[in-house]
Amino acid sequence: MPVSPDQPPDQPLLAVEDLVVRYDTPHGVVHAVDGVSLTVGPGETFGLVGESGCGKSTLGRAILRLIEPASGRIHLDGEELSGKSRAALRPIRRKIQMVFQDPFGSLDPRWTVGQLLAEPLHVHGVGRRSERRERVADLLARVGLPTDAAQRHPHEFSGGQRQRIGIARALALSPKLVVCDEPVSALDVSVQAQILNLLADLQRDLGVAFLFISHDLSVVEHIADRVGVMYLGRIVETAPRAALWRRPLHPYTRALFDAVPDLDRPAAERRKPVALKGDMPSAFAPPGGCRFHTRCPLAVARCREESPPLRAIGDADHQVACHLVDAAPSN
Amino acid sequence: MSLAEPLAAAATAQRPARRGLSARLLRKPSAVAGLVLLSAILAMAALADVVYPLDPLDMVGTPFLWPGADPDFPLGTDMMGRDIASGVFHGARVSLLIGAVATLMSLVIGVGVGAVAGFFRGRADHLLMHVTELFQTIPPFLFAIVIVAILQPTMTTVVVAIGLTSWPSLARLVRAEVLRLRDGEMVQASIVLGLSDARIILTHVLPNVMAPIVVSASIMVASAILTESSLAFLGLGDPNIVSWGSMVGAGREVLRTDWYVATVPGLAIVAAVLALNLLGDGLNDALDPRQNRR
Repeated sequence: MPVSPDQPPDQPLLAVEDLVVRYDTPHGVVHAVDGVSLTVGPGETFGLVGESGCGKSTLGRAILRLIEPASGRIHLDGEELSGKSRAALRPIRRKIQMVFQDPFGSLDPRWTVGQLLAEPLHVHGVGRRSERRERVADLLARVGLPTDAAQRHPHEFSGGQRQRIGIARALALSPKLVVCDEPVSALDVSVQAQILNLLADLQRDLGVAFLFISHDLSVVEHIADRVGVMYLGRIVETAPRAALWRRPLHPYTRALFDAVPDLDRPAAERRKPVALKGDMPSAFAPPGGCRFHTRCPLAVARCREESPPLRAIGDADHQVACHLVDAAPSN
Repeated sequence: MSLAEPLAAAATAQRPARRGLSARLLRKPSAVAGLVLLSAILAMAALADVVYPLDPLDMVGTPFLWPGADPDFPLGTDMMGRDIASGVFHGARVSLLIGAVATLMSLVIGVGVGAVAGFFRGRADHLLMHVTELFQTIPPFLFAIVIVAILQPTMTTVVVAIGLTSWPSLARLVRAEVLRLRDGEMVQASIVLGLSDARIILTHVLPNVMAPIVVSASIMVASAILTESSLAFLGLGDPNIVSWGSMVGAGREVLRTDWYVATVPGLAIVAAVLALNLLGDGLNDALDPRQNRR
């Protein structure tokens, strides 16, 4: 994990504490994010996985204050983001950027790529016109696009190229953290790998940290240093990637892993897959106690009553929210 | 992945509407007809002082000359001996001017209200939409009559009356379009990049809702001309200027014997409204990216 020299390694770049996001809808209140805490270190990639509807995108957007959190605190690089007005946030936005899932929807179709990339520089008063033009050329080169792309419109590019434009724009202000919300799930599998490699290269060269949101375990395995598994608005397990893949502890995490066909190992060596019953319960009325108890193959009476907190198992980096982890067979 | 990669059909269909707009407009016969008709009316308005330098309210000939009866008065004269052709030329000026200025006024109000309500949502939206609904509960023409009747009927008050009563539907249209974009990733990306709200609205949101605004503006000019004519017909126009509506109103009394007095300016109104509607239709098709590929 590359660490910038001005930052002590134990100081997280992003610290989210007990974040809650609720939506008021005509049908009731949706508990999209229900008390999530996480940290992302400088230059680190934190992968956030979970089924669609588990609140991972909402969490990402709440950290960027695109959605107003109901409570909780967000610290970025020593500054508190929560509680600041939208206008007061604007200068801080240089440090935290976002790559969107749909690279076409996020790029104004009427603007050229050069204008789109120069706009954040112009707005934040970075450089003079000629310097900004150089910066645009530099950004295009970094994401592997030709310099003459600056004169073209977004619709002239393929999906993967558009995502490169989106990444270039997110990097224009040299942010310390980029929230990537499913950046490759709209792309062909062959292009996905190119974009993931590009992100990894950029991280190595620029030392930028990523909060990488995805529903795809294999994508997260490819890019993340640490992983958080989210279920129904809560993080149920968080661990360094290698530890999680070696020894997933939460029954939900294990069910997720089992859902991925494991073709590398011969059938005899594979664990018997645990298939989850039913769908995720509605976020309008999340179940009490452990939120996973309605689908958990191991659930006992305590799981219905008492909500398990995240606690470290063995290694301090590996935390899991399950009453039964010590008792559960590890393989 | 090379740039020479063939462009996806979907991408081509979404190309910016600006490019080749005039070319696409000129492919539609009805739009061309509208443009020609509108240009003719514009030319009449521009040349009114050259072709008919005298005040159209002057009595210049024998009353009740039928069109074609006297080559000096190709469209005849009315019961006061005023030249109808001169009135039609000068009336074009009044109608177009009132139509354009009133539309501009309701564009400013309607786009402003719609953009602010749609973008900021919440309390601003509630307040502005309640005001809009208030305006919509009053029939616009009656409202215009009340405004002109309370103030003096002058060109300015007629413009204000039309402008004040014709913006609500535009505000709703703009609000709906802005709401659609507001939750889209383009606006979210702009917020994340640190753009100010005003900048996002002016440079990213409004340019992308231009198409429906332009289309409804052309229809609004047509309906403003109709409203002005109706007001003038009821005697609520500026008495010192000739408009098509006041000419129709004046001809009303002799409709049974000399119907041409009301019909000639009436046809001018029909032509102007038709031209603007045809143009609006053509713009609607030309600006709609889904129709570009036919």
